[in-house]
Amino acid sequence: MIRLMKSAALAVAVSLSATSATFAAENVRLTGSGASFPAPIYLTWFKDFSKNTAGVTVDYQSKGSGAGVQDFLNKTVDFAASDSAMKDEDIAKVGEGVQMLPMTAGEIVLAYNLPGNPKGLKLSREVYSNIFLGKVTQWNDPQIVAANPDLKLPATPITVVVRADSSGTTAVFTKHLSAINPAFKEALGEGNTVNWPATDKFIKSPKNDGVTATVRQTPGAIGYIEYGFAKLAKVDFAQLENKAGKYVVPNAESGAEALAAVKMPESLVAWLPDPDGAKSYPITSYTWMLFRKDNGNPAKAKAMREMVEYSLTKGQQIADSMGYIPLPPSVVEQVRKASANIQ
Amino acid sequence: MNTPFAIPDNPDSACRPPSTKDFLVDRAFRALARIGVVLILALVVALVFEVGRKALPGMEKHGFDVLFGTVWDVNQGKYGILPAIWGTLYSALIALLIAGFFGVSMAIFLTQDFLPAKLAAVFRTIVELLAAIPSVVYGLWGIYVVIPAIRPLTAWLNSELGWIPFFGSSLSGPGLLPAALVLAIMILPTIAAVSQDALTSVPMKTKQAAYGMGTTHWEAILKVMVPAAATGIFGSLVLGLGRALGETMALAMLVGNANTITLSLFAPANTLAALLALNFPEAGPNEVEVLMYAALVLMFITLLVNVLGSMIMLYAQRGNK
Amino acid sequence: MTDLSSPTAAVPSLQRRFEGRALRSLSLTTLVWCTAFLASVPLISVLYMLIMRGGARLSLEVFTELPPTGFEMGGGFGNAMAGTFVMVGIAAAIAVPVGILAAVFLAELGPESKLANASRFAARMLTGLPSILAGVFAYALVVMTTGTYSAPAGGVALAVLMLPIVVLTAEEAMKMVPKIMKDAAYGMGCTRAQVIWKIVLPTGLPAILTGVMLAVARAAGETAPLLFTALFSNYWIYHDGSLAVMNPTASLAVLIYNFSGMPFDNQLELAWAASLVLVMIVLVVNVVSRIFGKPKY
Repeated sequence: MIRLMKSAALAVAVSLSATSATFAAENVRLTGSGASFPAPIYLTWFKDFSKNTAGVTVDYQSKGSGAGVQDFLNKTVDFAASDSAMKDEDIAKVGEGVQMLPMTAGEIVLAYNLPGNPKGLKLSREVYSNIFLGKVTQWNDPQIVAANPDLKLPATPITVVVRADSSGTTAVFTKHLSAINPAFKEALGEGNTVNWPATDKFIKSPKNDGVTATVRQTPGAIGYIEYGFAKLAKVDFAQLENKAGKYVVPNAESGAEALAAVKMPESLVAWLPDPDGAKSYPITSYTWMLFRKDNGNPAKAKAMREMVEYSLTKGQQIADSMGYIPLPPSVVEQVRKASANIQ
Repeated sequence: MNTPFAIPDNPDSACRPPSTKDFLVDRAFRALARIGVVLILALVVALVFEVGRKALPGMEKHGFDVLFGTVWDVNQGKYGILPAIWGTLYSALIALLIAGFFGVSMAIFLTQDFLPAKLAAVFRTIVELLAAIPSVVYGLWGIYVVIPAIRPLTAWLNSELGWIPFFGSSLSGPGLLPAALVLAIMILPTIAAVSQDALTSVPMKTKQAAYGMGTTHWEAILKVMVPAAATGIFGSLVLGLGRALGETMALAMLVGNANTITLSLFAPANTLAALLALNFPEAGPNEVEVLMYAALVLMFITLLVNVLGSMIMLYAQRGNK
Repeated sequence: MTDLSSPTAAVPSLQRRFEGRALRSLSLTTLVWCTAFLASVPLISVLYMLIMRGGARLSLEVFTELPPTGFEMGGGFGNAMAGTFVMVGIAAAIAVPVGILAAVFLAELGPESKLANASRFAARMLTGLPSILAGVFAYALVVMTTGTYSAPAGGVALAVLMLPIVVLTAEEAMKMVPKIMKDAAYGMGCTRAQVIWKIVLPTGLPAILTGVMLAVARAAGETAPLLFTALFSNYWIYHDGSLAVMNPTASLAVLIYNFSGMPFDNQLELAWAASLVLVMIVLVVNVVSRIFGKPKY
């Protein structure tokens, strides 16, 4: 016992005495936290960037956009990432000034589990918004059958799987549903969490993997997850009807079409609740990194600018393979110009 | 159990009157122990203060509406945690009943000569290891193993005995029963390990005296050993219940997180800890107030359950005497 | 064990085995065997799943490499293991001495005092503390004051979770020390400190260690508090010749949390392997502490 206590005490002493030495090193160490949706691609970028840039290491931990913004306000991180940009009232709290940069974009898909695993289910705007409103409850609903004459749809109830944790994914998804279905806007509205219909056919599961696992394990289930996740996890996802009335498969092209349909404003915060264009996938959104304009540390600011530059050039090239949508060239230019504000 | 008292010529032996130094060491040690206790109190006060400070605006704004509301709708500013309170108590109680029965049985099985000592020790280590398995693993195990395994049984119960409120709905997937079952497995190691220690600590003489009076093996266990170890076994249940009330990740994956109040074991439910963990990372200031309020409620429930438990314990002891 | 304690000693002849008390004893024995068997099924099922899925990926590489990202193959979680050791070590260094000292007071010095009753309830209240609150607390206490995520902050958060388990189990352990042993020591003129150091602590040691082990096991597997205090890092805590404790620190639990939520097969496999390694570490600590904690008399 005493031995255990002594060795533990020793460990603390050693570790604390070493602390002072840490800051003496010439290294720049950047820490970021926030959104979980872009975490896989950010981690890939940062690891590669750190490997190829002497003296700079970047760490990123996904813990949710809200927590990231909170960290950013409390100055416990050097930069943050958020799926919902940053609210004006929060921006006002940062004396150093905030520079928001869209870094990549993604789509949200509807994954489903039907007997026989039929591919290529088509869902009209009317149908999918009403499924999540709890109004369409059977897989053999005439509206679904009408759009899918080739599929054999069973007479099973639809189990709807939604996110249990509050998340930017839910915010983007409900923003879209509110834009296309007034009844949805009236009843549920949009937000990180909404009050889903209280029936035992609505199940909540945490995070993308929770929703995916529950959809996989529940016959007759449908749920919304991020495209990158669905693509790599190899679940079946539906084609959705867009504003132009066309059924579109979610992929990098249909996402790029959607991004191109909206002009990026000066603030670099653009929303696409219901994009125009015949080839646009209807549920697409940007995601942002948040930086302070005045960092009071030239070495750190320089490292951050280099990090942004890497993400805009080499970083965008791997976006498609990881299930994200590369930024349109015009947006890349805008972001590059704005990144000079990080000082 | 006698050697430490039988070494008279050892200079370290305690067999001499205490010196001044001994008195000083004694004083210092007792003061240190007192500081330890005060630290725990201070920690809890600081925790309640920290949580309370953040919860206060929420309490002023919403008052008791939060406690009795059944709707959680951030957009409309409605924060009701009654379903979560119900789900917390219901799931923890079921888990405690299951894990208490199995845990104490396991402790008896492993300490009262049903297995060779070596084998019992191996078994015990395995059970203790289960305490180290991360919540996420239990959650995945629940989704991929438990739910499919109980699905046929629950479907049968619902169709045949659906008129009993406990079986009143069909199991869609996650729900109260799978959550409570996994919770029971999670707290089983704590209950089994601490109960075992309580049972092994009962002096051998006690058991020998019982056999000497002609009791059977089981009469000795149930009428002598278990009552003698009662406070320890009770302590294990308290620890287990605490863990059940506060468990987060596995429950969040398995309970279904639906704001409904129902007796049905197969319906999705919600718990306070899951509510807290799932909403906190993305919460705005208005929501944080209410989440901290919910955290205070959870701490208060833990306290209340403990007070109740202690009263039952006292009552039972008085009854025995 | 003597003959006295075997069931047959109390049941002299075969004929009587199926009558009255003996029958009851027999049926209870059957029941307890069934119960033990029933309880073992899920326990073995969890372990089986863990060993099958985690064991497949286990190799020397996972202990020495840094975590992979994206489609990167290979990689490991050496830095996360190091981080877990450091943070659980710090937590134990805080929680074990404080917890045992407090337990000494609760069990020996003033068991019925108001202070003892109050802090006993305080400790029981802490057992039900959702782990995320320990994180929120340590965030306000350490992260906000030092301005950075760090290993000590993680240690403090874990210590909050370990403390009640250590206190309550150690108290029970000390209470179980037979009173006559203590009385004998007091009779020889021992001070209370001597009685506690030489009689109570050594005798109660195995049971105290159970509590410490349960606490370490719990702390090692906790994710939520570490997300708020230590964050995560893809690099070694030992960095360019110095120990970078005042920086975000990796841990196995957060790595499992991160990787189990990713769609990449490599990361999913590593998450399972990391879970298995976590359990193995606890197993080793458990066995070692049992060897050291064997009652000496």
